[in-house]
Amino acid sequence: MRKDYSKEKRKYVIGGFIVIIFIIYVLRLANLQLGDDKYKIYADNNAFLNKIVYPSRGLIYDRNGELIVYNQPAYDVMMIPRDVVQFDTIDFCKTLNITVEQLRKRFTDMRNASGYSSYTPQRLITHLSAQDYGRLQEKLYRYPGLFIQKRILRQYNQATAANVLGNIREVSPKDIERDPYYQRGDYCGDLGIEKSYDKYLRGVKGVEILLRDALGRIQGKYMNGAHDIAPVSGKNLKLSIDLELQQYAESLMVNKIGAVVAIEPKTGEILALVSSPTYDPTLLVGRQRGENYSKLVQNKYKPLFDRALMAAYPPGSTFKPTQGLIFLQEGIVNLSTAYPCYHGFISGGLKVGCHNHGSPLALKPALQTSCNAYFCWGFKAMIDKRSKYGSSANAFEVWKNHLVSLGYGYKLGVDLPGESRGFIPNSKFYNKIYGEGRWSANTIISVAIGQGEILATPLQIANLCATIANRGWFITPHVVKEIQDTTIAQEYLTKRYPTIDAKYFNDVAEGMRMAVTGGTCRAANLPDIEVCGKTGTAQNPHGLDHSAFMGFAPYNDPKIAVCVYVENAGFGARYGVPIGSLVIEKYLNDSISPARKYLEQRMLESNTIIYSGVKKH
Amino acid sequence: MELRSTNNRSVFHDIDWFTVILYAILVIAGAASIYAASYDYDNASIFSFNEFSGKQICWIGLSAFLGMFLLLVDKRLYETYAYPIYILTLIVLFVTIFLAPDIKGSHSWLVLGPVSLQPAEFAKFATALALAKLFSEYNFTLNAHVSNYVRALLIIFIPVFLILAQNETGSALVYMSLFLVLYREGMSGLVLFAAIFAVIIFVVSVKFTETIILGIPSGEFTIFVLIQTLMVAMTAFYAKMGFVARNLAIGFITCGIIITILTLCGIPVPGTIYFITTTAIAAIYLLFELMKSRVRGLLITILTAIASVSFLFSVNYVFTTVLQPHQQLRVKVALGIEEDLRSAGYNVNQSKIAIGSGGFLGKGFLQGTQTKLKYVPEQHTDFIFCTIGEEQGFIGTVSVLTLFLILILRIISIAERQPATFGRVYAYCVASYLIFHFCINIGMVIGLCPVIGIPLPFFSYGGSSLWGFTILLFILLRIDAGRRSYH
Repeated sequence: MRKDYSKEKRKYVIGGFIVIIFIIYVLRLANLQLGDDKYKIYADNNAFLNKIVYPSRGLIYDRNGELIVYNQPAYDVMMIPRDVVQFDTIDFCKTLNITVEQLRKRFTDMRNASGYSSYTPQRLITHLSAQDYGRLQEKLYRYPGLFIQKRILRQYNQATAANVLGNIREVSPKDIERDPYYQRGDYCGDLGIEKSYDKYLRGVKGVEILLRDALGRIQGKYMNGAHDIAPVSGKNLKLSIDLELQQYAESLMVNKIGAVVAIEPKTGEILALVSSPTYDPTLLVGRQRGENYSKLVQNKYKPLFDRALMAAYPPGSTFKPTQGLIFLQEGIVNLSTAYPCYHGFISGGLKVGCHNHGSPLALKPALQTSCNAYFCWGFKAMIDKRSKYGSSANAFEVWKNHLVSLGYGYKLGVDLPGESRGFIPNSKFYNKIYGEGRWSANTIISVAIGQGEILATPLQIANLCATIANRGWFITPHVVKEIQDTTIAQEYLTKRYPTIDAKYFNDVAEGMRMAVTGGTCRAANLPDIEVCGKTGTAQNPHGLDHSAFMGFAPYNDPKIAVCVYVENAGFGARYGVPIGSLVIEKYLNDSISPARKYLEQRMLESNTIIYSGVKKH
Repeated sequence: MELRSTNNRSVFHDIDWFTVILYAILVIAGAASIYAASYDYDNASIFSFNEFSGKQICWIGLSAFLGMFLLLVDKRLYETYAYPIYILTLIVLFVTIFLAPDIKGSHSWLVLGPVSLQPAEFAKFATALALAKLFSEYNFTLNAHVSNYVRALLIIFIPVFLILAQNETGSALVYMSLFLVLYREGMSGLVLFAAIFAVIIFVVSVKFTETIILGIPSGEFTIFVLIQTLMVAMTAFYAKMGFVARNLAIGFITCGIIITILTLCGIPVPGTIYFITTTAIAAIYLLFELMKSRVRGLLITILTAIASVSFLFSVNYVFTTVLQPHQQLRVKVALGIEEDLRSAGYNVNQSKIAIGSGGFLGKGFLQGTQTKLKYVPEQHTDFIFCTIGEEQGFIGTVSVLTLFLILILRIISIAERQPATFGRVYAYCVASYLIFHFCINIGMVIGLCPVIGIPLPFFSYGGSSLWGFTILLFILLRIDAGRRSYH
């Protein structure tokens, strides 16, 4: 048989054709497989469903180990819109006890929310009850694209210390920007220690990598969970707050506007931090949070405003011990220096009134009787002492620096958010108002008695009291005593020494002791406890005087320092002293002596809110 | 049967072991891929009959026996019984149309108890035998007489129509590859060239419709330029009229420059009229030269130009009216015009994701998520290449491509060493089928061809396909093994 050689070369055409196709396909595969990671990401997005496993948030205990805040599970219905197919909405709504309209509204809200994507899990319904969760779980297979995310909500054993504890809320876009840890839908602390200790409380989120097939069904864990990240539980916190004392102080402050701060002087630990009126922290948990939150914001008594550390009040006469300390330190007075008081301080046509007491007075009796004239004269003697300071401005700077060292005028650094710095003016402040060299002690005399421009937070006043109790040092006040597995910040363990020698504090403490035994704070004179105290009656433009008290006890071995500040409640002795002394007695004796029950009763029942906004006549 | 025993030793002595080993590697790699593709997270053993891979291993085992049997048959029997086998196959194909149950609109599966067979897969070797038999007739030359073409085309197209009647378009299209055999056996290369050029015209004109040049879509513009270039090239190299070609080129370039200047001056030139006019003038000029020289090549050039232009104008019509919407969609998806990720484009997109996510080294055997989680439909049959791409990466895909390339080239070389026309034609048939399956199957998986449902030989799950190719290959090996004892 003949072989056709003329056509044999055509094998090269056919062979060449297949070689060209081979090359084209190899190039295409190189383009697909050796290019960027685009397809890998697509494949991972297809197959992996990263389910966030939320850690349990740290528990919060009081100083005696009593549980205050713990967790309750809540269930969110999540939805990946891309994967959702048409489902029986009526049955779905029935299962969850909602109306179809509500569901429709949720769909619309979800789509309109910022950061909406049809490819990522979106929160459809939040905070299912355990029963709803159970019912839905059974039927979940009918709703591809939906899954249930377990969440942690807070639960409170007592409706106490809302201002200290704070609460948690869903993160805002700003939070996410601020801290990359957060993702949409996470919860973060809002107010209180939930905010300031959020990093400890929140723990670390875990991830469960699930495999999802083409129909959206979960096919189990990727590599049996080898790449899962287990969540790390949040750290438990032990507060320095004494829950019982806190509750007691809160009850005394019912129907009053103001604050109570109690500090253990030796440690700077805050035993009670009351802001009144307060609120039930449970209001800010779960589905009704938004509604309740706006109600609280709109409440005219501002319950969300923590008066104990955010409110800057005129300290009034509680300021006088600082003056005594400064005068002694600066050598303006000694213990025998006495100033006259003719029902007040009269100088150059200026009169600062005072009440009935003997005259002239030295420092201790002046503290005992809260003599305005003494401190005005002392202030005048210091500020106008050109021989020592050169100018009033210089003298004032020295005066101011002493106060700053005592914790006034700047934030103390408490471990709670929103602390106010109060206000202590400097010489520049007055130069601006009156002109340089055109002001003297008389111009600004009211600051000597804690009025005028001077503002302080109840926390700062309590801290002063603790400093006097310690006879010359304090530790930055704080509410967290222990953090699980770690220690609290060094600043809450370090003593801070004011610029005033320790020896002068004893004299001031003695004056405060005299105020209790035979002065303005006699109501605080407990038979078995040596209480030291100082009243304050602060004039203010809002109505009746504010009633203030600061005190510590026992005199020789102070265990508690208290500041009470009641807005528009009149003389310090009327509300400040009784409440303060009751808090001291309660803390040191654990109970109120029968003889003082009437006082307790009166405080529990009295209402000063009615005086707020009432002008003094 | 006497002959068999005397030739026994020589059969296994002369068998092309290289091809046998290639076959074995492909089939085993195929079984592993099917195991990976159908692997379920809570799956049973590899030999479980409920698993695709278990069944495939059975079929591979049976294939071994089948191959052995085919090698033991006297090679002369294949030549002798080529037509009876062919006719028997046609009858089975015909009967299948009526007996086969409706599976997704196709009537191509004969159900015999637990086993389903697809006769179209077996018609391949029968057609190849018949075609080889035709060409091996004494003194048969394709170009000798038109009736020879008619006979060859009949042998090819009768099964094509029967398979089309079964609604298996993909399997029917495979037979188009036999034109490669016709080409090797003397059919003019112009036919293949025209086919390729027609495909280019089709793709370019359908795909590039976005930008407008000279008032016509850029695709159309490109085709016109191509046609004019082709006219010059054919005149120069096919008709070998260099002088005429030069004149033609000068004319086209001059017109092109004038048009460019006019356009830059802001004078609008209607593209269609310009190109038709210039092409027509060129054709008239060539006709004039044809009259003078009587060179046949010029006539072909003129006809090519006219046919190309007419084809270009009919493409749009064909595409919008002849093709059905779902076919249009498939074509558009394949050409990348439309990104329909939910329906027609879903398979291809997921398949590209599977392959692309494999990277250089792949995710590792049984580690592919795209395939395990069933994102790629038909992953154990037509889209089996995805599994290789995802789990074995670029290394794996290129290895498979290389294996196929070597196999096809090897078969071409086997074809060319056949002393008889029968063996050569048959071998080219086998090569052509493989080329077609290889190009189309892998092309569709990597998104270069429209999705035509045909399997990847030796890899795709299915007994019919595996046996079909096994029979094709082992008959070839038997014929080849006897090449020395031909006389």
